[in-house]
Amino acid sequence: MAPSKQGQLSSRGTLAVSGFGVRVSKLARAMTRRQARYGYLFLLPSMIVLAVFVFWPILQSIILSLQKWRFGATETTWVGLDNYERLLNDPRVEGAFLNTVEYTAVVVPVTLLLALLLALALNERIPGRSLFRAAFFLPVIASFAIVAIVWRFLLNPDIGLLAYWSREIGIPTRAWLRDARYAMPAVMGVSIWKNVGFNMVILLAGLQGIPEEYYEAAKVDGANRWRRFRYITLPLLRPTWTFVLIISIISSFQVFDQVWVMTPRGGPLHSTETVVTYIYYQGIELLDISYAASIGVVLFLIVFVLTLVQLRVFRFRELD
Amino acid sequence: MNTSRLLPDRAALSQWQILMGVVLMLILAIVALIFIFPFLWMVFTSLKFEKDVFTYPPKLLPTDWTLDNYSDIWNRVPMDVFFKNSVIFAGGVTLISLFLDSLAAYAFSRLDFPGRDSLFVFVLVALMLPFQVTFIPLYITVQSLGMLNSYAGLIIPRATNAFGIFMLRQFFNTLPRELDDAARIDGAGEFYIYSRIILPLSGPALATLTIFHFMYNWNDFLWPLLITKTTDMRTLPAGLALFMGEHVIENALLMAGATLALLPLFIAFLFAQKYFVRSIVMSGLKE
Repeated sequence: MAPSKQGQLSSRGTLAVSGFGVRVSKLARAMTRRQARYGYLFLLPSMIVLAVFVFWPILQSIILSLQKWRFGATETTWVGLDNYERLLNDPRVEGAFLNTVEYTAVVVPVTLLLALLLALALNERIPGRSLFRAAFFLPVIASFAIVAIVWRFLLNPDIGLLAYWSREIGIPTRAWLRDARYAMPAVMGVSIWKNVGFNMVILLAGLQGIPEEYYEAAKVDGANRWRRFRYITLPLLRPTWTFVLIISIISSFQVFDQVWVMTPRGGPLHSTETVVTYIYYQGIELLDISYAASIGVVLFLIVFVLTLVQLRVFRFRELD
Repeated sequence: MNTSRLLPDRAALSQWQILMGVVLMLILAIVALIFIFPFLWMVFTSLKFEKDVFTYPPKLLPTDWTLDNYSDIWNRVPMDVFFKNSVIFAGGVTLISLFLDSLAAYAFSRLDFPGRDSLFVFVLVALMLPFQVTFIPLYITVQSLGMLNSYAGLIIPRATNAFGIFMLRQFFNTLPRELDDAARIDGAGEFYIYSRIILPLSGPALATLTIFHFMYNWNDFLWPLLITKTTDMRTLPAGLALFMGEHVIENALLMAGATLALLPLFIAFLFAQKYFVRSIVMSGLKE
């Protein structure tokens, strides 16, 4: 019943017409050449911008990681892999990586599941749908400055509103952001609150892109709601949720803003120190740029391998 | 027409389905309330007198209401300058990036050429090294191009975005290939197929990306802080943050500024919302 996947069709218009004689295959070759020409032409502006403002700085960072350079210093010395050796023996690096993995393992699945449920609910014609959509999206558009001020106040055990209300109804309150045991869960909670709407909107756009005709046809064939979800929605949403998952994992490994603004410098006993907050601390606060760059390169390698594995697992080429 | 997948047929609504609908609405309402609660606090705080912000017991609603913070912030901070810069920066990046992202995504999704997939992995790589690492080299690059403290320096490095390319590629991949193949056989050029066939069918994805780009740059703090040097070039978040750093922290005033900074984004979102749902063209599409 599932409609044929787009990916099974060739992206070359030429295949559809091949085998119709020499003239057609000449036309096909001309079209392939045209596609190549336009392909490079369309990519050119983006590639120039990325090359100058993304890849060049990345290359510089990799070079810096092999040197010893503090911002402002006039001389740089090549130190080979010294920075990498140092990070292997830095317990805060290990802690930061463990915290980041823990953060990802909790925040990504919870956020995506919640986002999918909300997107499915808001894809229905329910009353007040645009109001709900706006409400769930509001945290996404709030700047981290707002997030920091508001949540640090709400979670404050002495003067905070949430703490006061939970005491009033008899729930014991915690010093959420100051207690090493609870700081990370609190940051995770705020992150989920902040990110759900973002993923919800992307999934919603994906759901809206599924042609209505497929559902109508399935209904005519007597497919129930679960079967329609399982055999139409899930497979056709695949490019979208593959995207959302990959992006979430990449950005979760680079989590910085919400952690830094809620619990600066790694939080109580470094309990909320993530890889990028530690990079920021070393590079921007201590100005040890080359050491920060080496940690960044290691993070990059991990994220790169993870993404390749995901692309492989989701059999990217065939399925999308 | 979609007569709703939740309520399949009005005539055939069973009581059970109505009950399920009500339960769903109730759950959504509770979750929505949790989501907007911090913003209620923000807005109500901006309507309080400074002395009433941190009282014990804490109160959500102001005891005495005031709009003074809103007039004060315009007098104390060059809000109009910050607003103008934010509009130019976030608006400029959004327009240019949407165009370049969608062109690149079209090439990755609809065209076939040697090296396409390796180039795409290259684009993904751009997402993987955190900004905090390339921060200093990027600053030096912009400086060496003589673009510090200028709109060009703010906008051009953001003129394309790997996330946007990736996202649009995924959406373009869901559109039937027959569309462009048929157009090509009819002799349509690639730019025509891109602008007249693929883009009009991508309304929801483009609206979503518009909001993302605009919001990300409107709120971005580190980048404008890094590139701009003078008050007349500061954007809202950078300007407000510096203002708050220089002065005694006045929370009611700060919340008024935060509310004003959030408002244009919220309006932009409400405006873009209607494009989030399938465009009319799309529902007319028959294979």
